[in-house]
Amino acid sequence: MIGLVHYLVFAGILFCLGLFAVLTRRNAVTVLMGIELMLNAGNVNLVAFNRFVGSGVNGQIFALFIIVLAAAEAAVALAILLNIYRTYKHITVDEIHLLRG
Amino acid sequence: MSFEASIWYLVALLTLGTGAYVVFTRNIVRAAFALVFTFLGVAAMYVFLRADFLAAAQLLIYGGGITVLLLFGVMLTHRHEGMELKLDPLKALPAVAIAGGFFVAIWSAARRADWDLVAPVEPVGTSEAIGSAIMTTHLLPFEEISVLLLVVLIGALFVARRSGEEEGS
Repeated sequence: MIGLVHYLVFAGILFCLGLFAVLTRRNAVTVLMGIELMLNAGNVNLVAFNRFVGSGVNGQIFALFIIVLAAAEAAVALAILLNIYRTYKHITVDEIHLLRG
Repeated sequence: MSFEASIWYLVALLTLGTGAYVVFTRNIVRAAFALVFTFLGVAAMYVFLRADFLAAAQLLIYGGGITVLLLFGVMLTHRHEGMELKLDPLKALPAVAIAGGFFVAIWSAARRADWDLVAPVEPVGTSEAIGSAIMTTHLLPFEEISVLLLVVLIGALFVARRSGEEEGS
């Protein structure tokens, strides 16, 4: 029987994959993909806790709001990336230092 | 092992496999397409968790919206020599240590914790419960998130516009 710990381990692996992408990737779009993986892992955790520990649908509503926030975040981040690309002609995250003092 | 459990393991394996492909592939377009299957796998996880409304929302927003948005991002910031993603093994080592250590921490906590489990109920569709909860208990965050979406829509358009394209002039 698939229990809570199965989902927690699954989400943990997914989160760590996203974390690894954020830490190692130099292309800003792939960093964004890593962030999306991490958000998805958090959502799976919320829904799993909602099913196995809590009652009602509060955890699912949390997850729903996080999905909306992730969509908003992706839209704004890509708009910023387009602007960075126009300025630098690349989106390599460790070579972007316009705001460095 | 029951039928549902074996399907669960298959879906989990596919999701994590495509997720690992996103993280380790050198081609960014392939990474974006593999991400679609990761999102689909997470939607299947919501189905296993009896969260049907969330699974539909995941399919629509992640499988449809965010994927297209990311593909646009890939294509618009595309340069042929920049498409190959380099991964320096020496630099990847601390990241492996951090991510692996974090996973071990999560794993041991999840195994050792004394979860206050309740017997899972089998809901008959969650759409009605979510709808009424959003319109009663969670009305304020719902309204706030609609304002946020409007702000994001205008803000993203404003940020993405070319400089020099002053409106009205």
